[in-house]
Amino acid sequence: MANLHYLQGRIMLNEWLYLAIFMGVSFALPAIAIIMAGVLNPKKPTQLKKTVYECGIETVGDVRIQFHVQYYIYALVFLIFDVETIFLFPWAVAYNQLTLFGILEAILFVAILLGGYFYAWRKRALEWI
Amino acid sequence: MNFLTDPITFLTNWLRSVFLGWGLSADLVQFILYALGAAILASGAMFFTIGLIWAERKILGRVQDRLGPNRVGPWGIFQTFADMVKIFTKEYILPQGVDWVPFNLAPVLSVGSVLMLWAVIPLASTVYGVNINVGALYLIAVGAIGTLGFILAGWGSNNKYALLGAFRAVAQMISYEVPMVISLLVPVMLSESLGMNDIVQSQKIWYIFMAPVPALIFFVSSIAEVGRSPFDVLEADSELVAGFNIEYPGLKFGMFYVGDFLHGFTIAVIFSTLFLGGWRGPFVEQVPILGVVWLMVKTVVVWFISVVIRGTMPRFRIDQIMVLNWKFFVPLSLAAFLVISILAKVIPAEWLAVKVVVLLISNGIIWIIADRILNAFLQRRERVVVMQQKLPVARP
Repeated sequence: MANLHYLQGRIMLNEWLYLAIFMGVSFALPAIAIIMAGVLNPKKPTQLKKTVYECGIETVGDVRIQFHVQYYIYALVFLIFDVETIFLFPWAVAYNQLTLFGILEAILFVAILLGGYFYAWRKRALEWI
Repeated sequence: MNFLTDPITFLTNWLRSVFLGWGLSADLVQFILYALGAAILASGAMFFTIGLIWAERKILGRVQDRLGPNRVGPWGIFQTFADMVKIFTKEYILPQGVDWVPFNLAPVLSVGSVLMLWAVIPLASTVYGVNINVGALYLIAVGAIGTLGFILAGWGSNNKYALLGAFRAVAQMISYEVPMVISLLVPVMLSESLGMNDIVQSQKIWYIFMAPVPALIFFVSSIAEVGRSPFDVLEADSELVAGFNIEYPGLKFGMFYVGDFLHGFTIAVIFSTLFLGGWRGPFVEQVPILGVVWLMVKTVVVWFISVVIRGTMPRFRIDQIMVLNWKFFVPLSLAAFLVISILAKVIPAEWLAVKVVVLLISNGIIWIIADRILNAFLQRRERVVVMQQKLPVARP
């Protein structure tokens, strides 16, 4: 039995090893292409060429501007829902072993978060200003 | 005969026996096989994009009553190769004030994140990269890396319009991730597994018949996730010049487009895997490799629909996109998810036909109610007429 557990652990690790290799390959492919093009292409930088294009006229002021607070609110609301779904995924995997009470608990969980959602709606946090 | 019906398993076993015959250790052989498989799958997806770009340009041309690429080779098939040669020999211009690391990391991330999705997609019952037990979660997690690429591109390029485009891109993408993940819960719930191959194997009846509303929401939000028309405000040419990739030269710019075109196809593959039964089809038990064909047939249909949508729909405004997501898709997907979770529990698993019919009808009812509520709100809202009075016109 202990041997079996050991074996399963190894299989699990091997799958993640494959993912690690795959990640390396999939980031290496575009990187190699970009480096290859960097070797092939001409290099004649001039001062005028290196100016920022922006929209065709010269840049005014600092570029890294302050951003609108609305993005921050969207990120907060997104975070609430993302954490909610992360909690619901294990629940969904164990769906067949649940009783009807388990479903009702999930509904209660969603309903509590829906309270926050409607609060955000009433506070006009979901609208683009 | 084994080679004809199931070539990948056959080749893997043969290679393993060859390597073991050379006296290599079993772990090393496994590592080599994994590396080979990963390299073939990732570069296959990458080179597949070349054909994909041609096909999409051709379809878009036909939609817009043009011929599309038709000069280089028969039907312009080699047009993408010509473009590739051209873009490979373009100079890399590094504008002033560019943050070097994010600027160069962004194109790599945006292609790499899309390629990484292919690791968990089962192309046939025996042809898949890996069947990890958190495959569906992996899809969402890796998809978010693409968003990181966009914000790095916008932040790194020292350009206000690029930065605004990146902000919008991130706001739109994280928003549409919410209904996407909630509707992804439905296949996971019905198959009780997060592994992609298990989800396909449990689809005796395609999940689109059990959950059409989550399927529709998943499809629309994955289009928004790619940032294609009608959700393409992140590169709205008329207001943001070109969005987050204005300052990019040569192949660094091209990489964003490779990522975009490949992502457009990848969402179709994911949709057909989750909702259209993946590799399931006739004779797939006897001939496992046939699953690739069935998956590709389903995928091409879904992909064609998404390309036609891209060619025909006008662009939404950013506030319309956000309102559509937060006030319509999120509550609708939550309602559909909860209703399906109750009904699938109440009806015993043996009555599969009853279950499908009831779920289909309940989804239809949810959709009709949502449509009524939406229409009621639309009629209540007062319409602002912008150009009311006659403006003076200059006369000669």
